[in-house]
Amino acid sequence: MTEQVRETPTVKTNGTAFRVIGKRVVRPDGVDKVTGRAQYGADVKLPGLLYGKVLRSPHAHARILSIDTSEAEKLPGVKAVITGKDFKPVADRVERSGEGMVNYSYLSKNIMAQDKVLYHGHAVAAVAATDIHIAEEALALIKVEYEVLPPVLNVLDAMRDDAPILHPELRTREAGAVVGDKPTNIASHEQFAFGDVERGFAEADVIVEREFHTSTVHQGYIEPQNATALWNADGFITVWTSTQAAWDEQRELSEILHVPISQIRVIPMEIGGGFGGKLNVYLEPLAAMLSLKAGHRPVKMWMQRDEVLKATGPTSASVIRVKVGARKDGKITAAQAWLAYEAGAFPGSPVTAGMGVIFAPYRLENVLIDGYDVVVNKPATKAYRAPGGTNAAFAGESVMDELAEKLGMDPIEFRRINAAKEGDRRADGPVYGRIGYIETLDAIANHPHYRSPLPKPSAPWCKVGRGVASGFWFNWDGKSSASAVVNPDGTVAYLEGSTDIGGTRASLAMQLAETLGIDYEDVRPMVGDTQTVGYNDATGGSRTTYGSGIAAYHLGKEIIREMKRRAAQLWDVPEDDIEVEGNVYRYAGHSITFKELCAKLEETGGPISVSVSVNTHGAVPGLATHVVDVEVDTETGKVQILRYTAAQDVGRAIHPDYVEGQIHGGVAQGIGWALSEEYVYDEQGHLLNASLLDYRIPTALDLPLIETVLIEVPNPNHPFGVKGVGEVPIVPPAAAIANAIYHAVGVRMNVLPMKPSAVLKALGKI
Amino acid sequence: MTQKTLVTATINGDVVTFACEPRQSLLEVLRETLNLTGTKEGCNNGNCGACAVLLDGVLVNSCLVLAVEVEGATITTIEGIAPKEGLHPIQQAFLENAALQCGVCTPGFIVATKALLDRNPNPTEHEVRAWLAGNLCRCTGYDKIVRAVLDAAERLREQLTPTAEEAR
Ligand code: FES
Ligand code: FES
Repeated sequence: MTEQVRETPTVKTNGTAFRVIGKRVVRPDGVDKVTGRAQYGADVKLPGLLYGKVLRSPHAHARILSIDTSEAEKLPGVKAVITGKDFKPVADRVERSGEGMVNYSYLSKNIMAQDKVLYHGHAVAAVAATDIHIAEEALALIKVEYEVLPPVLNVLDAMRDDAPILHPELRTREAGAVVGDKPTNIASHEQFAFGDVERGFAEADVIVEREFHTSTVHQGYIEPQNATALWNADGFITVWTSTQAAWDEQRELSEILHVPISQIRVIPMEIGGGFGGKLNVYLEPLAAMLSLKAGHRPVKMWMQRDEVLKATGPTSASVIRVKVGARKDGKITAAQAWLAYEAGAFPGSPVTAGMGVIFAPYRLENVLIDGYDVVVNKPATKAYRAPGGTNAAFAGESVMDELAEKLGMDPIEFRRINAAKEGDRRADGPVYGRIGYIETLDAIANHPHYRSPLPKPSAPWCKVGRGVASGFWFNWDGKSSASAVVNPDGTVAYLEGSTDIGGTRASLAMQLAETLGIDYEDVRPMVGDTQTVGYNDATGGSRTTYGSGIAAYHLGKEIIREMKRRAAQLWDVPEDDIEVEGNVYRYAGHSITFKELCAKLEETGGPISVSVSVNTHGAVPGLATHVVDVEVDTETGKVQILRYTAAQDVGRAIHPDYVEGQIHGGVAQGIGWALSEEYVYDEQGHLLNASLLDYRIPTALDLPLIETVLIEVPNPNHPFGVKGVGEVPIVPPAAAIANAIYHAVGVRMNVLPMKPSAVLKALGKI
Repeated sequence: MTQKTLVTATINGDVVTFACEPRQSLLEVLRETLNLTGTKEGCNNGNCGACAVLLDGVLVNSCLVLAVEVEGATITTIEGIAPKEGLHPIQQAFLENAALQCGVCTPGFIVATKALLDRNPNPTEHEVRAWLAGNLCRCTGYDKIVRAVLDAAERLREQLTPTAEEAR
């Protein structure tokens, strides 16, 4: 068997010359990460450290009648026991937090149940002890009396009038206003509409209408949630944790603990993956409360994998109905969708995002999209990479493929006819800026993968097929701050506030170096915390390289302004007349490099330190088109990915390795979602597969090398053209694979995951 | 409180004696007692490979080994991979191929790669994938990890093959 690693693709840079940007430099935190020296959240050690553990509900839906902690408290080594009673009621207030909205009251009840447990694994008590095993023993001594209630475990059941009710006070809202007068599980109904879909369908020559069902899936970060907290005797709280959103967590802790944010410091440690699942608190308030009750000793907690799967943010299972009509010439005349997303135990599914994603790649004249956010007895859903996008695109892009087939058109040609461009309006309202969607279609149409014949099946009962799908993600703006110190040796110490989840320090330091015209190695980046650097929105929403990159650029401009002042002083000339080119400062016959000027800081007024805060407003959405070849074993139903190519408009690839890495990672997660990942519950609502063996994320053996095509259609609103890249790659895979399966075996898959049994069922074999 | 047992093992070249309870895993002792936190916990039940170490040269998940079992054993953790100066070629290859994003799986992958290349200095892509199937990474889609391992294998082979000059 001969194997060959495909060439790493090169990036098309539109001929723009950069000094640092576009290079594949080694990350500054790299050595620590390959030697085991990097300090992640669970690696924190403090004098007098206690260990905390959480007791979780064995029921999916139950009223808590009583909790008796007395035996646990008596166990030698136990220093504190807490329950819901230790947390004061929290205002029923909704605020932006992380990438989405958070209701602090729900958040508080999610991290520690009050009167009711709403899912299997819901926290009901926690213990801090001198040893983790003593804490575990203490959990077994806590007696909880429950009145078990019937659970509701899927979105359609939960929407019925006679469904068990999770929150008796919940009423349906439409566009923010309460419209229902009865207790319900439907937290909200939203609608996007323009044009006239009835008229549009009347004009159509072909109409495809289908219903899709998708399962609950988890972010699957390898590092479990963790938190270490010290609630000091002076009232100040310090929290060390793995978080994508230190400032959001600071605010959440403030609301839940009723302590002003000025008394809370959140220190983001190195983070072992998040994908949206580490935007909100879980253990942090518990560790803080335990610390307080244990006499101000620090408490460290980390979850076991079953706790991660049972109690931290998966993303929504959903039911999606799609109807799209098109004329013979391929033009879409109307598109309609109905989406119902499971929110889990508390309102807040990403259904609105799904509504925005489902038809986003297309220019539509008549569109009607309804979305429902519905609570069920499963963990409260949290953001997961392009939240709500993958399942929406699975439905939308499967129907587009079927339409193209019915019209006898190539799926890429069909998409090109309908492709959205700059100036087109999206179903959710905004008008597109400089997007590069058509460029992704062209890239796939011209790619050797798409132009190559299908590979031969490996056995007579195996069939191969090729599928295509596109995807969209909004990309977020938000706020970033940073500060820097210019050192006499010509280096710049750079403090940024965006958690580095996969190369942020490198990609931001590169942008600062580019701005200053200096070498990447001369910028020393570090991630700050809520007390050492200005406010930063979450590392999420594909905003970091873009938004914190804008902060890096302005920081560089501030440094340059100050350096010009120093040069002017040196030569005794007006500072406005100093010219800067790259790293050289000039006036008439004078010239000095950045480094030389740094050596003269002492004689020109002392040290330079600057800081900036930006609030950005120029993010441009990301679009991508993927093609995949699959082999379907018609005997076992197993689907193997043979070849995968993803083309994406990335705006500008600051560090191409990390852009490719984002695409690889997103595609891999999309493949897992498509083929193997799902939450399996019994009828009582017990999660049956709460381990990484049974919750099947892809292994190295399940995936091929993933080819990437980075297309640079620069964002005019970013100094270097950056667009967010991290989320859109997870959007197309499930649809592309479903379409490939169809072209292999001739059946349209309408469920996720498309596991062997689902494929065999679709084939009529079981 | 359960009675503790004294255990002596050679860890990354140092002879270390520690006290542990029978219920403590090697992973827990490495991280919490010996402060060797480079070995990561991703699942604590043998499913993810983040806790991989070499136990008498054999690749094991340290969460599945009881600490009391390692009496007299020789253990290499991620902290023991690099030579005294610089980095091991596997570490260098991971860095230069950008084979890590969050990096929490990286110690396990590097230790597992060491075990692979010690046995098979010239693996195919498929052999690399099969060997590493016990190590989960959620960030990279394994693409750059596989490239890094193949690159590391090449670097190590070059180190082993004497150059023309040395041969003379
Ligand atoms: S922590 Fe040992 S295999 Fe996952
Ligand atoms: S780099 Fe994050 S899990 Fe592998």
